[in-house]
Amino acid sequence: MKKIFLLVLCGLTSAAIYAGGYRVSLQGQRSLAMGHTGVAMVNNAELAFFNPAGLVYLENKINVAVGASAVFSNVIWQNEEFGQMAETDSPVGTPFYAYFSYRANDWLTLGLSAYTPYGSSVEWPDDWAGSHLVNNIDLQAIYIQPLASVKISEKLSIGGGPIYVNGSVNFNRNLNRTLTDVEGNRANVTVDASGVSAWGWSLGGMYSPTENLRFGVNYRSEIIMEAEGGDADFQNIPNSPRTPFVDTQFDAALPLPAELTVGASYQFDKWTVAVDYNRNYWDVYNSLDIDFANTTIPDSENLRNYKNASIYRFGLQYLANETFTLRAGYYFDESPVQSGYFAPETPRNDSNNFTGGLSININDRFAIDASFLYSRFNEIDETYDHYTEGEGEQEVEVPFGGTFKSSAFVPGLGLTIKI
Amino acid sequence: MKNYFNYIAVLALGIVSCEPEFENPVEEEGFYSNGEADFSNYVALGNSLTAGYADGSLYITGQQNSYPNILAQQFAMVQDIEEFRQPLVNDNAGGLVLAGQTIPGFDTRFVLSFDADGSNPSPRRYRGSQPTTDVSTKLEGAFNNMGVPGAKSYHLAFPGYGDFSGLTTQPATANPYFVRFASTPTATVLEDALAQEPTFFSLWIGNNDVLAFATLGGVGVDQTGTFTGANPQEYFSNYGDNDITDPNAFAAVYGQMVQALATSASGGVLINIPDVASVPYFTTVPVNAIPLDSQTATALNAQFAAYNDQILPGLMGLGLLSAEEVQARRINFTEGQNFVTLRDESLTDISQIIQGAPFNLDAQTAGLLGQLRQATVGDLIPLTSSGFLGTTVGGDPMMVNGVSVPLGDQHVLTTSEQEMIAAATQRYNETIAALAEANGLGLVDANATLTRLANEGIPFDAGTITAEFVTGGAFSLDGVHLTPRGYAIIANEIINEINATYNSEVPKVNPGNYGTVTLSNDIQ
Repeated sequence: MKKIFLLVLCGLTSAAIYAGGYRVSLQGQRSLAMGHTGVAMVNNAELAFFNPAGLVYLENKINVAVGASAVFSNVIWQNEEFGQMAETDSPVGTPFYAYFSYRANDWLTLGLSAYTPYGSSVEWPDDWAGSHLVNNIDLQAIYIQPLASVKISEKLSIGGGPIYVNGSVNFNRNLNRTLTDVEGNRANVTVDASGVSAWGWSLGGMYSPTENLRFGVNYRSEIIMEAEGGDADFQNIPNSPRTPFVDTQFDAALPLPAELTVGASYQFDKWTVAVDYNRNYWDVYNSLDIDFANTTIPDSENLRNYKNASIYRFGLQYLANETFTLRAGYYFDESPVQSGYFAPETPRNDSNNFTGGLSININDRFAIDASFLYSRFNEIDETYDHYTEGEGEQEVEVPFGGTFKSSAFVPGLGLTIKI
Repeated sequence: MKNYFNYIAVLALGIVSCEPEFENPVEEEGFYSNGEADFSNYVALGNSLTAGYADGSLYITGQQNSYPNILAQQFAMVQDIEEFRQPLVNDNAGGLVLAGQTIPGFDTRFVLSFDADGSNPSPRRYRGSQPTTDVSTKLEGAFNNMGVPGAKSYHLAFPGYGDFSGLTTQPATANPYFVRFASTPTATVLEDALAQEPTFFSLWIGNNDVLAFATLGGVGVDQTGTFTGANPQEYFSNYGDNDITDPNAFAAVYGQMVQALATSASGGVLINIPDVASVPYFTTVPVNAIPLDSQTATALNAQFAAYNDQILPGLMGLGLLSAEEVQARRINFTEGQNFVTLRDESLTDISQIIQGAPFNLDAQTAGLLGQLRQATVGDLIPLTSSGFLGTTVGGDPMMVNGVSVPLGDQHVLTTSEQEMIAAATQRYNETIAALAEANGLGLVDANATLTRLANEGIPFDAGTITAEFVTGGAFSLDGVHLTPRGYAIIANEIINEINATYNSEVPKVNPGNYGTVTLSNDIQ
């Protein structure tokens, strides 16, 4: 029995979290349990993220959904030729969401939301074989968004609002594969920027031709996080005019790509099925360029060359009784990382993701929402080919590669309040 | 409630079992194979190259990148091995101290310094911290890396080589590096190695049997042909520090060592002796190192006119010099780069004759001309002489070393000296190859590897590793010993040979992950 339970836990249930790159798809426990579908579902205040156009269809005057997930995600790497291996020891990530909506009148609902759709936290062992690419990275971004949802007719509504983003990044890596001080300590740099802010927007529409069938579309704009005057801290630099690395400021820009979602849901009796399609416009992420203020320090250019990627999501919901609602889902997540650009800071390949969960209605007003996500990645032999050594004519690209395997397991808990 | 805990436990287990796992992890036993070799207790014997010596010194990170330590880490991926212990020194400054004083000849490491504008790369002794490795501090326990810098073949079997009191005798009979970790004052390196009951060994010894002669420009005696077979101990006690070891004597001591090691261990490798003339210590300073303008060249030629046109033909007329010798001794300077002048001890000494009639030269001039010749393309100048060339004697602008004043023997490794070294090296290598064959051991052709580094170089993932001084990547700043990257190349050659000999699958290392020379301007 336990064995079967384990199998279910690891292999069949769960939902997907990671949508390639550093997109973290964990914006609502009910939606996540259904494969992170929701652009065409009217369920609870999670609509504030998935499709604000639907908020106006919520039955209650005040709706709240809050929740958080615990992301257990790790990556292992090995190189058979040289017998090397490494394993991340990444901290448990805790993305969260908080959504609030208020029905102002029959045709207008206002809302406020906070969520964390982008982020990454990867910690390789210091000085591991790929340390010239990354030792560790912590990327966080909080979206805060006021919303308006307007009913145009009984069948059609739109919704959206401006997005304010506040983010931070902390990234450490060794300067190259071999530079050390006299004591043999590897030369490395930490770039750190916090309080980086930017603006964007989202807009959605929902169309319900019949009571049981809904269509939805939602678009969230691209937001470029421009870190200006962040701190660059160089460590273990040899005392030499040839290594002029002193602590300085840096500018860098990191894109949070646009996302388009279209989907549909259909309800029959106690069952609801939902299908979503995401298109993530990752092609904006060409290169991670770090421009150091001190002009004697060479700027750092790191090709990424991401491609646009799609995610295909399927969800199922069953109203078991007045207390329990059960959900399950699946999605296929296409990685935006192209072959030869497999940087170990976001070592993601395509994944199959399995989700499950349930809601427990405590009473008319309160419900507890729980979900699981299990992301299954295949082993992949990949390289990052665009790290270079040498200067001038001697400059050559030195591939770093091997076999990678990732896993992610994410339990989440949330609360739905209807007043 | 009990059920509740059960489910918590299962849930926790579920999370753990969701950790990523490879289908065939490299760390799993059986991924690689030790074949017929047993690496569980590997012991390395040798000299500075085995100890991880680099940049003219022994320091911790150098030892950590010694080829035996690199090998041991790769062996550990193949089977369970005992900890590989090295007699680590105390710091990364290098240098040895005794009674609070740096021992002469055991200075700190070289680092690569630059001028403030980043130009003029120069190897200088590191002065950022003082040497702290006191040779009177005895290390405890047995050590897998038995590499002793400075050791010649016969030193490994020499009782008293690790005796502290032998450091202060005249001449010194002990080696300060071995004094640090010899098990007893009378123990030999070989005995301490055998006492560990090695399951696998490597032996790279014999380099210093020619290198000490070579690095000092051939000051020393070629002992080839002097070994009679009787009492090696007494025989070797007559050797000077810079002599070439008689190849027959080498064969006798080397053969005994291999016999003892091969009997004890299940397997091992013998590493042969590289051609010392292939290292940057001898190939960096050009033999035509003297730049002259036409005016100076003309003036110098005028200075040597009497020597070229009267003395040399005169001596030939007297039947004292052959036409060939006269040709070899002629001095000629031209505008541009000029070959250095040197005193060649293989030439007939004419200093006495030319003090007499009809030449009647003063003793000083006669001394300068006595065995004078100009270098040819075959002569080699040691790296350490680069700072000496072009200096003046006592500030006299007419007395320029390498030009008007010939270089002494220690500043030039002449072609005839090179021939002695090459002949001895070739015979050592014949001995080593024959013993490897006879005992079923691996034979690593380090000679071929270093020759390759000196010629076309060895490709790696970021270019080509060559023997070019400072920039080539293989050689450390002393021009003789290797960088970590150079030692990684050697380790890979050894792994190749082990895999071929013992049908094993030991993974190689990536030389690109190993560093080269260390930069520092802490040189004051």
